[in-house]
Amino acid sequence: MNATWSRFNVTSVVLGFAFLYLPIVLLVVFSFNESKLVTVWGGFSTKWYVSLFHNQGLMDATWVTARVGVISATVATVLGTLAALTLTRYTRFRGRILFSGMVFAPLVMPEVITGLSLLLLFVAVGLDRGFLTVTLAHITLTMCFVAVVVQSRLVSFDRSLEEAAMDLGATPVKTFFQITLPVIMPAIVSGWMLAFTLSLDDLVIASFTSGPGATTLPMKIYSQVRLGVTPEINAACTILIAVVAVGVIIASVANKRREVQRQLDEQAAQRG
Amino acid sequence: MKSLGSIRRDFAPWNDPNAKPYIQFENVTKKFGEFTAVNNLSLTIFEREFFALLGASGCGKSTLLRMLAGFEEPTAGRILLDGQDLRGIPPYRRPVNMMFQSYALFPHMSVEKNIAFGLKQEGMPAPDIEKRVAEMLKLVKLEQFAKRKPHQLSGGQRQRVALARSVAKRPKVLLLDEPLGALDKKLREETQFELMDLQQNLGLTFVVVTHDQEEAMTMADRIAIIDKGEVMQVATPAEVYEAPSSRFVAHFVGNVNMFEGKVAERAANTTRITGTTGAQIVVENSTDSKAGSDIVFAIRPEKIKVTSKKPADAVNALEGEVYDVAYLGDMTVYHIRLDDGQIIRASALNAARVTEDPLTWNDRAWVSFRPDAGVVLTR
Repeated sequence: MNATWSRFNVTSVVLGFAFLYLPIVLLVVFSFNESKLVTVWGGFSTKWYVSLFHNQGLMDATWVTARVGVISATVATVLGTLAALTLTRYTRFRGRILFSGMVFAPLVMPEVITGLSLLLLFVAVGLDRGFLTVTLAHITLTMCFVAVVVQSRLVSFDRSLEEAAMDLGATPVKTFFQITLPVIMPAIVSGWMLAFTLSLDDLVIASFTSGPGATTLPMKIYSQVRLGVTPEINAACTILIAVVAVGVIIASVANKRREVQRQLDEQAAQRG
Repeated sequence: MKSLGSIRRDFAPWNDPNAKPYIQFENVTKKFGEFTAVNNLSLTIFEREFFALLGASGCGKSTLLRMLAGFEEPTAGRILLDGQDLRGIPPYRRPVNMMFQSYALFPHMSVEKNIAFGLKQEGMPAPDIEKRVAEMLKLVKLEQFAKRKPHQLSGGQRQRVALARSVAKRPKVLLLDEPLGALDKKLREETQFELMDLQQNLGLTFVVVTHDQEEAMTMADRIAIIDKGEVMQVATPAEVYEAPSSRFVAHFVGNVNMFEGKVAERAANTTRITGTTGAQIVVENSTDSKAGSDIVFAIRPEKIKVTSKKPADAVNALEGEVYDVAYLGDMTVYHIRLDDGQIIRASALNAARVTEDPLTWNDRAWVSFRPDAGVVLTR
């Protein structure tokens, strides 16, 4: 490979990264702004972080978001895993194409439509909008993503593992809990994390299906921004970015270490 | 004490009309949609037998094994194990265990947990499990690897774990699906003998599926040759090789030369065959085919002698030219083009280091063989 940095290469890398990260860098920088005016630099300060933690509205919204995220991601993971199992295992049942199409439709469905239709449903059945309805809506939204992630793992799953377990005397139920589930667990965990992240940053569906007392963090931030961007919001967003970044870094480092360990193990095994 | 060899030699329940069959396939048919994998097949396997199902890939041999294990149910016919009809009994209630081609080791469990899995399902008390696992690890010489995960083992070690796991429950029958398929040649040869010893020591019935004829010949008491879901021949390795029942079997196991022809004349002890290309061959009477009927004479390469002059006492001698010579170290393979155009493969053991009068390309040569060296096939 040619390792020299031509002027063209450097320019494209700089432009590319600037395109991706300049807005975020600006946001982070201005979260440490002394001045109340968002676009005017008034010196370094962390006072917005302090006031953030005294902003009861934002803290409440964060708590709501966390609870909605955990509950909806968990339920969606169970349902999505079941759907994925059905779709990969029972390949010949009637209406399978229709079923898989319907499971995956929310992937491409415009969120506005999902949100609106859910709202209509909740109104029709007389469900008061609030914590429950946002959670239900997020389950609907995220379940298909979990199904996709888990299904891709199941496709490469060696069925002879299950046969071996049954051959050794495990009933189908025991086989599922002792063999299948542990083996596909990494995919289920990634599915859960994806669902949680989606729930965390959903604004559109939450706006349709939420009610008083169940304002999520993105809704809160959005409504505050409409009254004018405050450095407090910048601080809130910076924390959010930091949390996500730390999560991603931990996950990839753990992954990398596992990979290296596995390679070492395999080399050791080759040597006997 | 009797050696394993002498036990083996005396073991022939298939010749004993009073022997009780252990595994019976009775007119078993298995269809997958339109495709018939197994076609009206009947087969009997005896207790403590090392039985091989030999065939090309897709011939239905694995389906037979999977039906025995309970992963597939026959479309028609029935399978009996020790007199009990297996229909409807799920895999987890059958007294058979299987060693999978992919080994199917549980990746999230250590070697000892893998071996203990079946025992736990049985509800065996923990101290007993521990004892049995230790025993199994010793059997396959993996004591120091007990805590390792499958991905920390080499291919040969994985194979042994899979073996230990499948015999840990002391099944009545052990099914082995291409047990040595994933090993390299040298390891495969060693493991063949290990498997045979294991089968003898544990006194189990082994049913092994393989596409490798050498493997089947080495290990099995009897071999069933399967083609297109049907049994072509069931016999001991020597019988399969020396007395194949059809052209297919003769071709499938080992190398063979075939002479197409007709029975020309039938005498008291010998039959004269006229090849379609004109060759005259005298063979010992082995079939009752009448004069004029179409037959094939099949002869193995090592039973043909190649000489530069016509042997004086030879009953069957055909003249030709050396077409190809392959020196393989332990033996030399000659391809001789007979004057009628047919190419004959002959192999000669290199018993002496230096051969006088070595034959080489384009030399005139004679191929000769005894009247009892080949077989006459009617199918």
